[in-house]
Formats: sequence, structure tokens, C-alpha cells
Amino acid sequence: MTFAATVATAATAATATSTHPAAPAAGPGFLSPTGVEIAFVLVGLVTFGAALVTVTTRQLVHAALWLVVALGGLAVEYLLLTAEFIAWVQVLIYLGSVVVLLLFGLMLTKAPVGRSPDADSGNRPAALAVAVAAAAALVWVVVDAFRTTWIDLGGPAQGSTEVTGRMLFQNWVLPFEALSVLLLAALVGAVVLSRKRGASDGGHGSDKERQR
Amino acid sequence: MNDALDVALRLVVVFAVFLVVPLVVGQTEHKVMAHMQGRLGPMHAGGFHGWAQLVADGVKFVQKEDVVPAEADRRIFQLAPAVALLPYLLVLVAIPIGPGEGAVGQVVDAGIFFVLAVMGVGVLGSLMAGWASANKFSLLGGLRTAAQLLAYELPMLLAAASVAMAAGTVSLPGIVGAFEWWWLPWQIVGALVFFVAGLAELQRPPFDMPVADSEIIFGAYTEYTGLRFALFLLAEYAGIVVLCGLTTVLFLGGWHGPFGADGLGWVWTLLKTAVLAFVVIWLRVSYPRLREDQLQKLAWTTLIPLALAQIALTGIVKVAIA
Repeated sequence: MTFAATVATAATAATATSTHPAAPAAGPGFLSPTGVEIAFVLVGLVTFGAALVTVTTRQLVHAALWLVVALGGLAVEYLLLTAEFIAWVQVLIYLGSVVVLLLFGLMLTKAPVGRSPDADSGNRPAALAVAVAAAAALVWVVVDAFRTTWIDLGGPAQGSTEVTGRMLFQNWVLPFEALSVLLLAALVGAVVLSRKRGASDGGHGSDKERQR
Repeated sequence: MNDALDVALRLVVVFAVFLVVPLVVGQTEHKVMAHMQGRLGPMHAGGFHGWAQLVADGVKFVQKEDVVPAEADRRIFQLAPAVALLPYLLVLVAIPIGPGEGAVGQVVDAGIFFVLAVMGVGVLGSLMAGWASANKFSLLGGLRTAAQLLAYELPMLLAAASVAMAAGTVSLPGIVGAFEWWWLPWQIVGALVFFVAGLAELQRPPFDMPVADSEIIFGAYTEYTGLRFALFLLAEYAGIVVLCGLTTVLFLGGWHGPFGADGLGWVWTLLKTAVLAFVVIWLRVSYPRLREDQLQKLAWTTLIPLALAQIALTGIVKVAIA
């Protein structure tokens, strides 16, 4: 029994609907949602709300912590879609590393307790327009792409580590390699940038000391 | 209904382990440290060799006033201990102590990822505490915690990846199931890297720079009193249990032992975990605290290259025997 299956069963039991998805012949419909679907929508709403608070709150660290809720909500959505591996990687990378890095940066710079009145820019309308456009494009593309695809929750997990790995290294190996080259380039770039600055600073410092 | 009962029973057992075993480790630490330093340690509470010292400590903590500083961010300050503690409870659910489904709280398909991911979330609690206290020492502690975590997460992951490669699975029971005795010398470097990085992630001595009491009082936990402070301490000891359990499961073969009847495998797991916990305490007594630059240097110039070398070695041997 996988974790995802447990969650799915628990959600189904909670809403007292059928454990088995509707037969493929009849086709699952929008009018008779299963427990998993209801849970999916509820978690989605929480994620959406948290994301909204993230971009609207005036308290910087609160924004970062609401981001934790939003990204965690996404991980739960992956779990409900049986993509267990992706869900844990999401938690590992985004909650465990990216948000920690974000908080580290905030604490290093300026993050007072309470509101930061200057933490606002005049670009709100532009940002809103870009966000709505991006969301519309994504929703349109995703809905168009997966219109008639349904995940069979009763069968073997379709997002398990094994399936994900097989897909990644059979069908998507070229994008994977391209991405790793990109990341390597970013890594080398970061090293070069930090070394250059460090070297010139050190040089200035030692020059001054020599002059004294 | 039977399923629900089964799940409830497992959760109760895991919760009981979560509450008891960290206290046992804490009491052991009192006594072991004391004897290593030529003292007796607690002798009064409970009568026999002060066995109830931590129970008495708990009662003391509960009686203390729960103070929230006036300048603090109230909600985050109060939430932080829970965020620090709960991940270890969740991780404990996935650690198998014996073969079969009866000896693990819940089989998680991508077990290694689940465990490392959720453990990483626990550090958010320290960060929240450090920031929300509105205290410069706390903020410094939070910063040091974050820097330490960012440095040591990578070697820990790489070491775990090596053993997952060796076993050909990322499920924790699967890894122990695939274990052979010669994995021990094969993965020894990875095991050391994992254990050291785990210690650093728990902020245990000699990696206790974030809570260095002689410099920044108690780091992120400076402003905490009473029960919330006790929860942070409990999180630290639960972290020791989880780290030792994980090292046992990943690198020391879990329930496999040189001898012993079937069905007693869990004894081996517990024994290995206990020995590792003893080593954790031993290190606290015998090593001085590392400075911040030494900490970063150890992670980036020693542990990460070692972990990468281990991965290369694992790959070569894996291909050679395949």
C-alpha cells in the first residue's frame, strides 16, 4: 500500500463515496466527483489562497512562509495525482532548499517584524497583467492537452518512482540532459562571478595595506 | 473498519516511540556525559540512578510561564516549535525496524526522498523562531542555522543517493532488503558523510555553532521558555533518534545481523541505533565546537567531494558486478 493510495483511500472514506472510479466505459464525469477529486479541489483552493497572500502581504517573512504553504499544497496535489516521487522532490527542493535560501536572504538584508511600508512597488498592475496572462496561457494549454485524460487511481500508481524514472530516461532524456547542461553553466557562472569579485576586493585591500 | 483500526494502531505505536525513545536518549546523554567527565550525573529523581530526571524536567518545563516577547511576531513565534518537531514524527513513520509490513509505520514508495525532504522542513522551525523572536542573538542563530543547512543538505543527499544506487531502489525497506555484508566497506565513506552531515543538520556538537551558548546565548531558541523550549529540545533528541535510525537502515543493514533468529531482526535495528546514539553523545563530549568558516569548509571542500567520489565508486562497482 503506497502512501498516495492511503491518502486517496482516506479521502474517499471521508466523503463516503465509491472507492472505485467509474468504469471506463461510462467515463468519469464532472457531476459525480470522487473523494479524491473533492480533496484535490479543496487543496487547490488552499494553495491558491496562500499564493495570493504571498504576493499581497506587506510582511516580507510572512510572504516567504505563505509561500511554504503554497508549495506544500502543490506537493499534496502531486500526491493526490499519485505522483509520489515528484511530490517528495517538490518538498525537498522547494520547501527544504529554495524557501530556506529565500529566508536566509531576507534575514541577511532587511526583514523587520511587522509591516514593511516600503515593500511595495508601482508595478502592481503590470505584475497582475503578466500573472493573469501567464495563468490563462497555462490553464488553456494544460486543459487542451489533458482534456480527456483520467488517472486510474484504482490501478498501479502511475507516478511512482519507477514509472517516473522510466519516462524521464526513455522519453525525456534529451530535455533532461539539456537542463543539466544549463544548470552546470549556471553553477560555473556563479563560481566565476563570486571568485572575480572576491579576487578584486582582496587585491584592493592588500594594495591599500601595502600603501600604508 | 479493520484498515482504519490498523492505521490508528500504527500511528499510536509510532507516537509512543516518538515520545519515549528521545527521552531515553536524553537520559543516556546525561549519564554518559557525566561518567565521561568523572561525575555521577542525576542521582536523585526517581530513586534508582536518577532515572526520572527527564520526567522531572518535563514537569518543571510545563510549570514555567510561557512568555512571548512584546516585540516578537506572536503567531510565528508560537508556531515555530511545532514546525520544528512535527517533521521528525512524520519521518519516524517511514523508518522500518524489521522485515515485513508489520515493523514499519507506513511503507513509503520513495522512502529516502520522503525522509530527507521532511527532515529538511524541520529546519524551517529554527528559522521561524530565530526571526520571530525579534532578538539579535536569535536572528544570528537563525542565520547560522540556514547557512549550515544549505551547506550540509547536499552531502547528505549525495550519500543517500549512493546507497539508493547500490540497492537499485529508493524505498527504505527495499534498501535494507537488498543489503549484503560487503556493502559496509563499500559504502563506508558514504555512511560517514551521511552521519556527519546529519549531525550538522541537527546542530549537535561539534556542529552547534547556531546555538553556541558562549557566543549567542542559545541561538534561535534564546527567547523561548517553558513548554515551547522543551519542544525544541525534544525535537533535537527526536532528530538524534531519526538520524541514527536512518544511518542504521541505509548503511548498517538495519535488521540484518551476523546471527539471530528470524523475527528478532528489530533487536539488531534497535541495537545499532543505540550504538550510533552513543557515538553522537560521545562526539559531544570529546570535540570542540567548529568555527563558522571551518563548518563551511568541511562541507564544501571535504564532504561533498567525498560523497561524489562515493557515488562514482558505487557506480563503478555496480556496473562491474552487473
